Amino acid sequence: MPTPSALRTQPLEPIFALATGTARAAIAVMRVSGTGSDAILRRLLGTLPAPRKASLRRLWRDAVHRTDALDDALVLWLPGPANYTGEDSFELHLHAGPAIVSAVASALVEAGARPAEPGEFTRRAFLHGRIDLTEAEGIADLIEAETEAQRKQALAQSEGRLGTLYRGWADRLRNVLARQEALIDFPDEDLPPEVEAALLTETAALRDEISAHLADGERGERIRRGLTIAIVGPPNAGKSTLLNHLAERQAAIVSPVAGTTRDAIEIVTMLAGVRVTLVDTAGLRETTDPIEAEGVKRAMFHVEHADCVVQMFFAEAAPDHLLPGALPVCNKIDLAPAPFTIEDVPVLGISLRDETGLAALQENLERRVRELTASGSIAPPLTRARHRAAAMVAHEHLKAALAVDWPEMRGEELRLAMRALGRLTGEVGVEDLLDTVFGQFCIGK
Amino acid sequence: MKNQFDVIVVGGGHAGCEAAAAAARCGARTVLLTHRMETVGAMSCNPAIGGIGKGHLVREIDALDGLMGRAADAAGIHFKLLNRSKGPAVHGPRAQADRGLYRDAIHTLLHATENLTLLEAAVDDLNLAPDGSVSGVTCEDGRTFTAPSVVIAAGTFLRGVIHFGHDTQPAGRVGDRPANALGRRLEALGLPMGRLKTGTPARLDRASIDWESLAEDAGDAQPEPFSRLTERITNPQISCRITATNERTHDIIRDSLHLSAVYSGAIAGRGPRYCPSIEDKVVRFAERTSHQIFLEPEALPGNPGGDLVYPNGISTSLPPAVQERMIRTMAGLENARIVRPGYAVEYDYIDPRALTHSLELRAIPGLFMAGQINGTTGYEEAGAQGLLAGVNAAHRAAGNTPVTLSRSDAYIGVMIDDLVTQGVSEPYRMFTSRAEYRLTLRADNADLRLTPIGETWGCVDTMRATLFGQTRVAIQSATERAAQETWLPAPLIAAGVSVSPDGRRRSLLDVLATGAKADAIGLLAPWFVALPPRIRLHVETEARYSGYLARQEREIRQLHNESSIIVPEDFDFSRVGGLSAEMRERFERAHPANFAAAQRIPGVTPSALMALLAHLKQQQAA
Repeated sequence: MPTPSALRTQPLEPIFALATGTARAAIAVMRVSGTGSDAILRRLLGTLPAPRKASLRRLWRDAVHRTDALDDALVLWLPGPANYTGEDSFELHLHAGPAIVSAVASALVEAGARPAEPGEFTRRAFLHGRIDLTEAEGIADLIEAETEAQRKQALAQSEGRLGTLYRGWADRLRNVLARQEALIDFPDEDLPPEVEAALLTETAALRDEISAHLADGERGERIRRGLTIAIVGPPNAGKSTLLNHLAERQAAIVSPVAGTTRDAIEIVTMLAGVRVTLVDTAGLRETTDPIEAEGVKRAMFHVEHADCVVQMFFAEAAPDHLLPGALPVCNKIDLAPAPFTIEDVPVLGISLRDETGLAALQENLERRVRELTASGSIAPPLTRARHRAAAMVAHEHLKAALAVDWPEMRGEELRLAMRALGRLTGEVGVEDLLDTVFGQFCIGK
Repeated sequence: MKNQFDVIVVGGGHAGCEAAAAAARCGARTVLLTHRMETVGAMSCNPAIGGIGKGHLVREIDALDGLMGRAADAAGIHFKLLNRSKGPAVHGPRAQADRGLYRDAIHTLLHATENLTLLEAAVDDLNLAPDGSVSGVTCEDGRTFTAPSVVIAAGTFLRGVIHFGHDTQPAGRVGDRPANALGRRLEALGLPMGRLKTGTPARLDRASIDWESLAEDAGDAQPEPFSRLTERITNPQISCRITATNERTHDIIRDSLHLSAVYSGAIAGRGPRYCPSIEDKVVRFAERTSHQIFLEPEALPGNPGGDLVYPNGISTSLPPAVQERMIRTMAGLENARIVRPGYAVEYDYIDPRALTHSLELRAIPGLFMAGQINGTTGYEEAGAQGLLAGVNAAHRAAGNTPVTLSRSDAYIGVMIDDLVTQGVSEPYRMFTSRAEYRLTLRADNADLRLTPIGETWGCVDTMRATLFGQTRVAIQSATERAAQETWLPAPLIAAGVSVSPDGRRRSLLDVLATGAKADAIGLLAPWFVALPPRIRLHVETEARYSGYLARQEREIRQLHNESSIIVPEDFDFSRVGGLSAEMRERFERAHPANFAAAQRIPGVTPSALMALLAHLKQQQAA
């Protein structure tokens, strides 16, 4: 029997999970653990931060090629074995925007991690001898509770349209895989000649459907987690006042001194029945104040990640260009008339002091919210990053399945795709596959 | 004492022969006891060895210095590498054998094995020592044999019943008596047992078939041997013929279903899903109007059995008269004469969940089970189990610890793990789809995977070990050289390799991974194409699969990690806190050998696994 120290050195693939519950908190903590965590963190940051020290770092989808900035996050690099799981791990304290969390989850999957199974962090802590033995049975209960909660969640989901959709894919994929396995294991059995062509067609169909689903504009995520509307504009344009008006309460510090709002302030409210996070950003201007400069940087970050941008200005300083997709709002029309359009987009004129034009603005925003969350396709939306990660992995393997040279490589890709979906719908065993094979084809000599 | 041995093997089929030879190779004084000496090594059903998945098993047996590959090479008269158009991981070496030559080859190999005695004796009873372990066997004629290890490889002989339509007779194989006393004895030991069925088609007189009118099915022009010890195949090679059932055949079968042993309810044992009798095929796939039948000669012309043809694909338990009418509806078989009718056979098997991964009965130390008695079907499955049981029987006799193969080592490991953890609900047959690590466990690398393991077990002869050592060195040096030689994209593109002009240097392994054509490789690395085919193909295959192999290696490491958390043989699951009665029962039934196996038990919840793990870690620390 190996000693516990021998076990401790065994590598386990990296896994990740949100350590905080939902995105309702301001901060979302993503925890990653497993062999290769260092490489993943390096991919996201470029370099490893000092161990066990919190540092603010820019997260990239791929830091080496500087592709897709994801967030500026507090990063904790916790090399093993002296940590919870006993293996190399790190924590990312993210801004809790739904788009950020799901983008980071996607980046982690691309970097080679997978979503953790129920209780998996705890299991690893056991495996690496990180949990006191007297805690053992108590923790089994804890896992039971955790699993039960996830089971209920899964059950609720499996009764919904999303569950139906994933099970439908899993069933079809099992069928495809069964036919592939039949072609590999029973080539001499007089199988109908169209089997291979049919399975390729079906594989391509599945790939396309999952791809369309993944590209649905993250509508489902938006409904569940709510939308983010960023309000941007030069200092003292009245952004905080507008935010307060929309949220109907005093949240941001409003002062006549330009540049008061130095960091982004978020308020959650309801618009058109959808949860909306309003982000009041620092004024956009050149600044030498380092703290304000950080605020400006963050403002741009929020602009990039918001579902909708309100761009505020005064008539005398109307911009020549709009941020992509922004709604132009001209404040202080009690002092000077608003321009009709900027880059052919009609400008909404308001006066926060007189409270004129605010009803029209609210109506306009509600229409945008409805548009952003409207059902544009028949497929039910993706509601969980976990589902999304599984669908992404399955999609990658289906794509590969159509590109490989040999049928057994295709079989391998299909198995991996099946396994990814199986994490959501229940694993498919060899016996299930063989049942499908023998149910469909007459095999045997 | 004259009848005292280290290992007794009961049964001279494929499992028994491999078990006896393996035990003897490990240095154990071994006796093989058989009903009838002349049936030792007989191919009682289809005269073919290998196939897809099964061919992997033959190569693995050979890698462990077993008999089957060498015997098939000596007896093969029609070699075919199945799945040749697919990649090497699913290539299935197969050969049809001359029945007599095969049996002779096995006899020759057994007689050349040191430490091995072959005796004709009908074993009726098992003898146990006071401590409950096995101590030997007693024969029908009163003779007793003693040994600390006994391997039972009784095939379908345990309370076998043969069905020709409604006629039944007790027998293991037509013409041979069943081992009823032994079956009753095993039942009296309280072992969990079940009943299975299998079938065989009629044998036809070759002279009565219009052979030349039928489509020819030729073997490979360059037959590829099973064994690493075989340089080339010397037997003359013959062709098979192909015919097919038709609507008239199916009408006769449908009209006679009430006469079939299987369909009239006379047989209680469960048959396989994958090898349906012709009755099954017609009933379950009613929309099919035809099924292919391969006509396979059982021996070379002029040899004993050379006049017999095995019609592969038409196993049946219909009455002989119906069999004749049905067969005569097929093209080329209009005047076919049945030499021996097909039949179904029902037999007892031991629930393999009663066995450890070393194929030893948990309840009776020293008693090993191998082959069809464990619920498997096929010569290859039987032989592979026999080999492992034989090695373990010898190890036990010598006081050594048991040896096992894991799911990541070999198809043998996959099969045994499936058997002892999942049990069987139909005769178990090997398929490549059962192997999680299919691209890693290939027929072409069986020796690289297993010969070193076999050397540590003591079952590999020095001649094979030397030969293997040379191969391994050649593969290593070729792989190293192929990793070191690199090119910029320009010369590669000039040679006809499709790579992107990204300025990156690529090694020969990278180039091979793209599936580059042989002439391109010839231009770039003439030394590589000049390598012996075995070496070259190995390097190519590993390069083609490299991405997958790396992934499987990571998974295998995780498996080993969890496999190293052992569940002791005498582990008491009721002492695990927080297990529901249902979970405890599932664990007890499967008795997983380790934590990885525990996770494969169907229906076990994550919390039950956690509780088990917590308990195991606690014990490990104590």
